[in-house]
Amino acid sequence: MENLIALLVAAPLLGAAVLLCGGRRLDAAGHWLGTLLAAASFVVAAVLFFGMLGRGAEDRALHQTLYTWVPVESFRADLAFQLDQLSMTFVLLITGVGTLIHVYSIGYMEHDERRRRFFGYLNLFLAAMLLLVLADNYLLLYFGWEGVGLASYLLIGFWQHKPSAATAAKKAFLVNRVGDIGLSIAIMLMFTTFGTFAFGPVLATADKASEGTLTAIGLMLLLAACGKSAQVPLQSWLGDAMEGPTPVSALIHAATMVTAGVYLITRSGAIFDAAPTAQTAVVTVGAVTLLFGAIVGCAKDDIKKALAGSTMSQIGYMVLAAGLGPIGYAFAIMHLVTHGFFKAGLFLGAGSVMHGMNDEVDMRKYGGLRAYMPVTFVTFGLGYLAIIGFPGLSGFWSKDKIIEAAFAKGGTEGWILGAVTLLGAGITAYYMTRVMIMTFFGEKRWQPAPDPHRAPDVEPAAADDGRHLAAGPVGSPAAEGPAGHPAGELPDPHESPRSMTVPMIVLAFGSVFAGGLFSINSAFVHWLEPVTRFEHGHPPVSAAVITTATLVVLLAGAGLAYAQYGRRPVPVTAPRGSLLTRAARRDLLQDDFNHVVLVRGGEHLTRSLVYVDHTLVDGVVNGTAASVGGLSGRLRKLQNGYARSYAVSMFGGTAVLIAATLLMRAV
Amino acid sequence: MSAALHGVTTAASLTSTGEAVQFWILGTVAVAGALCTILMRKAVHSALCLAGTMIILAVFYLANGAYFLGIVQIVVYTGAIMMLFLFVVMLVGVTAADSLKETIKGQRWWAVACGLGFGVLLAAGIGHASLDTFTGLGAANSGGNVEGLAALIFTRYVFAFEITGALLITAAVGAMVLTHRERTERARTQRELAEQRVREGRQLPPLPAPGVYARHNAVDVAGLLPDGTPSELTVSRTLRARGQIRDVSPEAMADLRALERRSEERLGRRPYEPPRPRDSGDPRAGDRADDPPGDRPGDRPANRREEENAQ
Amino acid sequence: MNPVNYLYLAALLFTIGAAGVLIRRNAIVVFMCVELMLNACNLAFVAFSRLHGNLDGQIIAFFTMVVAAAEVVVGLAIIVSLFRSRHSASVDDASLMKL
Repeated sequence: MENLIALLVAAPLLGAAVLLCGGRRLDAAGHWLGTLLAAASFVVAAVLFFGMLGRGAEDRALHQTLYTWVPVESFRADLAFQLDQLSMTFVLLITGVGTLIHVYSIGYMEHDERRRRFFGYLNLFLAAMLLLVLADNYLLLYFGWEGVGLASYLLIGFWQHKPSAATAAKKAFLVNRVGDIGLSIAIMLMFTTFGTFAFGPVLATADKASEGTLTAIGLMLLLAACGKSAQVPLQSWLGDAMEGPTPVSALIHAATMVTAGVYLITRSGAIFDAAPTAQTAVVTVGAVTLLFGAIVGCAKDDIKKALAGSTMSQIGYMVLAAGLGPIGYAFAIMHLVTHGFFKAGLFLGAGSVMHGMNDEVDMRKYGGLRAYMPVTFVTFGLGYLAIIGFPGLSGFWSKDKIIEAAFAKGGTEGWILGAVTLLGAGITAYYMTRVMIMTFFGEKRWQPAPDPHRAPDVEPAAADDGRHLAAGPVGSPAAEGPAGHPAGELPDPHESPRSMTVPMIVLAFGSVFAGGLFSINSAFVHWLEPVTRFEHGHPPVSAAVITTATLVVLLAGAGLAYAQYGRRPVPVTAPRGSLLTRAARRDLLQDDFNHVVLVRGGEHLTRSLVYVDHTLVDGVVNGTAASVGGLSGRLRKLQNGYARSYAVSMFGGTAVLIAATLLMRAV
Repeated sequence: MSAALHGVTTAASLTSTGEAVQFWILGTVAVAGALCTILMRKAVHSALCLAGTMIILAVFYLANGAYFLGIVQIVVYTGAIMMLFLFVVMLVGVTAADSLKETIKGQRWWAVACGLGFGVLLAAGIGHASLDTFTGLGAANSGGNVEGLAALIFTRYVFAFEITGALLITAAVGAMVLTHRERTERARTQRELAEQRVREGRQLPPLPAPGVYARHNAVDVAGLLPDGTPSELTVSRTLRARGQIRDVSPEAMADLRALERRSEERLGRRPYEPPRPRDSGDPRAGDRADDPPGDRPGDRPANRREEENAQ
Repeated sequence: MNPVNYLYLAALLFTIGAAGVLIRRNAIVVFMCVELMLNACNLAFVAFSRLHGNLDGQIIAFFTMVVAAAEVVVGLAIIVSLFRSRHSASVDDASLMKL
C-alpha cells in the first residue's frame, strides 16, 4: 500500500515531463494524456483512501521513504511521504477537483494553440501540490511549496502576450517570495531548535521548546501562509492572478494552492497551540482578511475578481478557524474542502459564462443569462447557495461551525471574532447575490465585443493604474480568451460543451451534499481527529441561536443586494459610488499602500544606504588606506637600504632581548 | 711561553696571581687591538691589529687549559684565516683606506648607544649569573687535552663533526663557484685583437712605459708625453682602477725644465718653453695620491676617471 | 683573580666587534669585526669550559672555528666577486634594496 504513495506524485510529474519535453508531436493527444494521468492519480488516491478506511483510526497513517535526499552529518532530509487523514483529504480534493478541471480545460482551451503546454503546467502543478501535502518533513514541503509557486507563476502568465498577464504573474511570484522567506526562516529555526524538520519529531516535541522560539516559528509560518493564501498583508497578488485562464483560477487560485497556507497552519498545529501569541496573530490575520476580501468582492464588476475577493474572504474564514486551535482545525479543513467544491464550481461557471459571452468579464454587461445557459445557471446557483450558507448545503455546515467555534473562543475575543464572522457571512450573502443577479437575472445589457485596440473603460480607476509598479491591469479583458471574436458583434450566449458542463455538474453535487455528508455523526471531524485533535467548543450562546443569527444576517445581506440590483436596473457603466466603493474597486488601495510604503520606502532606504556606503563605509576604507599609506610613507624612511642600518636595529633588538631576560630574572 | 706554562700549572686550581697579572696586561692589549681593528683607516692595519688580538686570545686559551684550541687559534686563525684576509686586502687594494666620516645620519650614535647598552646589559647579565662554581680542568685534562677532545669529537659529537666536514667542502666549492668566471666565448687570437685595435683606431702601438721621468723607479708614476703632460696610458690598468697613480712631482718637473734650459744654452738654441704640465698647478693633484677611493661612497675610481677625462 | 673576568673580557670584545660591524663601511673590515665577535664567543666558551670542568665548551669553540673558516672562505669569495663587479668593497654601495 505504501508503495502507491509515490505513484500519486509520479503520475502527474510524468505527464508534465512528457508534455513539456515532448514537442509538437503531442499537440493532438497532449490534453488527453494530461487528463488521463490526473485521473490515474485520482484513482490511486481512491484506492489508498479505501485502504485507509479499512484500517483502524490510529494506524491509518502511511509512510514511504524513497531515499535520503540530503544526508550531511546530523542534517538529514529524506525524500519521504506521509499519508495520514489530513493528507488524504487534500489528496482527494486535489486529484478530484484537479481531474475535473482537466476535463473542463479540454473544452475551455480548445482553441488555444498552446493547449499541450497548458496541460503540462497543470500536471506540474498537481505534482507539486501533491508533494506539498504528502511531504513528511518541512524541507520537502518547502520543495512542493516552491513548485506550486512556479506552476502558479507559469499559469497566471500563460497568456504572456498580454502585458497585464505577464505583470500579474511577476507580481504573484514576487509577493509569494516574501512569504517563502518566512517559510525558509521557519525551517531554519526548526532545525536549530529541534535538530530535524520531519513532522513527527518536530510536532511531538514542540511543547518542549521555549515559547519565544515557538512564537518566532509560528509567526514565520504565518508569513508563509499569508503569502501563499493571499492573506493580509500579502493579499495583493490574488486579484491580479485572475489574468490567468479561468480553469487555473478555479483550480489553483480557489480550490487548492491558495489553501496551502491553511494546510501549513493546521499541520503545524502543535507549534501554534504552544505559542498563543502566534495563534492570536493567525486569528487576527484571518479576521482582517475575511472582511477585506468580502468588501473588495462587493465592489468588483469583473466577475472573476469578485470571486477572487470571495476566495480571499473564505480563506480568511479558514485561517481564522485554524487559529482557534483544536476547536477549529477540523472545521477549517472541512470548510476548505466544501469551499474547494463550490468555489471551483463558481469559477467554472464564470468561465462558462465568459466562454458564451465573447470572453466578456464585466458583469454589468451580462444580465438575463439564465435562459440561455441553463446548466451553467443551475450549477452556478447551487454553488451560490452553498457559499452563502443556505441551510442544508455544504457551506452552511462548514461555515456555521466556524462561526460557532469563533464564539466558543471565549471572552471578548470570542465575541469580536463571532461578530466578524457573522458580519462576513452577511457580506458574503450580499456580494454573491449581487453576482448572481447581475449575471443571470434582470434585462440583457449585452454589448458588442470590445475593440481590442481601444483602451478599456471598464473601470474609471484603471486610468491611472499605469503608474503603479505592480498594479494589476484592472479591467482589460479585451484580449482575453483563447479565441478572438470579431469586434462589434453582439455576443451570442450559448451553453458550453459537455466537457465543460459535466465537471460543473459534478462540482455542484459536491457543493450540495459534501457538507451534509461530512456532518453525519460528525464523520469528518472524527476522521481528522487523530491528526488535528478536536475539542468541542462551548459558545456562550446555544448553537441554535447562532444558526438563527447567521440566517438572519444572510437574509439581510441577500435582501439588500436584491433591493439594490434586483429591483432597479443595473447601469452599464459603473456609477461613481461612495468613497468606500471606489476604494474597494481599487482593492482597498492595497497597491497604493504597497507602492507608497514598500516601493517608495525601499527606494529611500536604498538611497540612504548608498549614501552611507559612499560616505561612511568608503570613508572608513579610504581613510584606513590613506592613513596606512601615510604611515608607511614615514616608516619607509627607516628602510634606507643600508645593511648597516638594519644591523643597528638588529643589535638594538638583541640588547632589548637581554634587558627583557634580565628583567624577567629579576622579577 | 712562560705565561702559558704558568697557565698549565694553575689550570687545575684557582687562578694564581701570575695569571691575574697576565690577564690584566694582555687583556688591556687585546682590547686595544680590538679597538684599533675597528678604528684604523686602512684595512691592512685593521687586519694586523686583529691578528695581534687573536694571538693574545690564543694565550688566554692556553691559560684556560685549552691547549689544543690555543695552538689551533695561532695556526689556523692567525696563520691561515688572517692571511686569507690580508690576501684579499691586497687584492682589493692595500693602500685603500676608509675615511671614518659617517654618511648615514645618526648611524654612529645609534651604534655607540646600542653597543654601550648591549655591553652594559651583557656585563650585568654575567654579574647576575650564579657562576660561583669553579671546577677547573684538572680532571678533564688528566688524560691529555687533545685526547680528551678527540674522545668527545669522535663519540658524542661525531655527527656534528662529519657535518662540519661537509660544510667545509661546500664552502670550498661555493668559493670556487662564486669567484670562478666562466669563459663563454673563444679566447681571441692576437691577430683578432690587433685587427680590433686597428678597427677602433685607438692606440695602435704598444702602450708606453710608466715612470719615464720619475726619480724613482715606480710603476705608479705616469710617464710624460713629449709636451710634458703625464699620460695615464702608461700606468697599469689595475692601479688606475684603484686610483693609485702618483703624480709626477713638481720638483721633477722643475729639474727637467732646468736641464732642458741648460742644454738649450749649451747648444745655443732658442729657448724652448714647454707648456705647463696640466696637473702641476692643480691643488688637488697633490692630495690625490693620499686620497684613494672609498672615502666617499660616490668617489669611486670610475668617477675619478670620468672627472679627469672631462678636464 | 676570578676567572669570570674572562667572561667580562669576552663581552667587551664582542661589543667592540659588534660596534665595528655597525660603524665600518669596508666589507673586509666588517668581516674582520665579525671574526672578532666569534673569537670573543670562543673565549667565553673556553672560560666556561674551565669553570665547569668539562671539555664540551672547547668542542663548541672548535666547531665555531671550523664554521668560521668556512664562512671566511665564502664571505671573502663574495667580497671578491662584489669588488670585481662593482669596483668597491663598501657595504653601503649595496643599498639596492631601497626603491
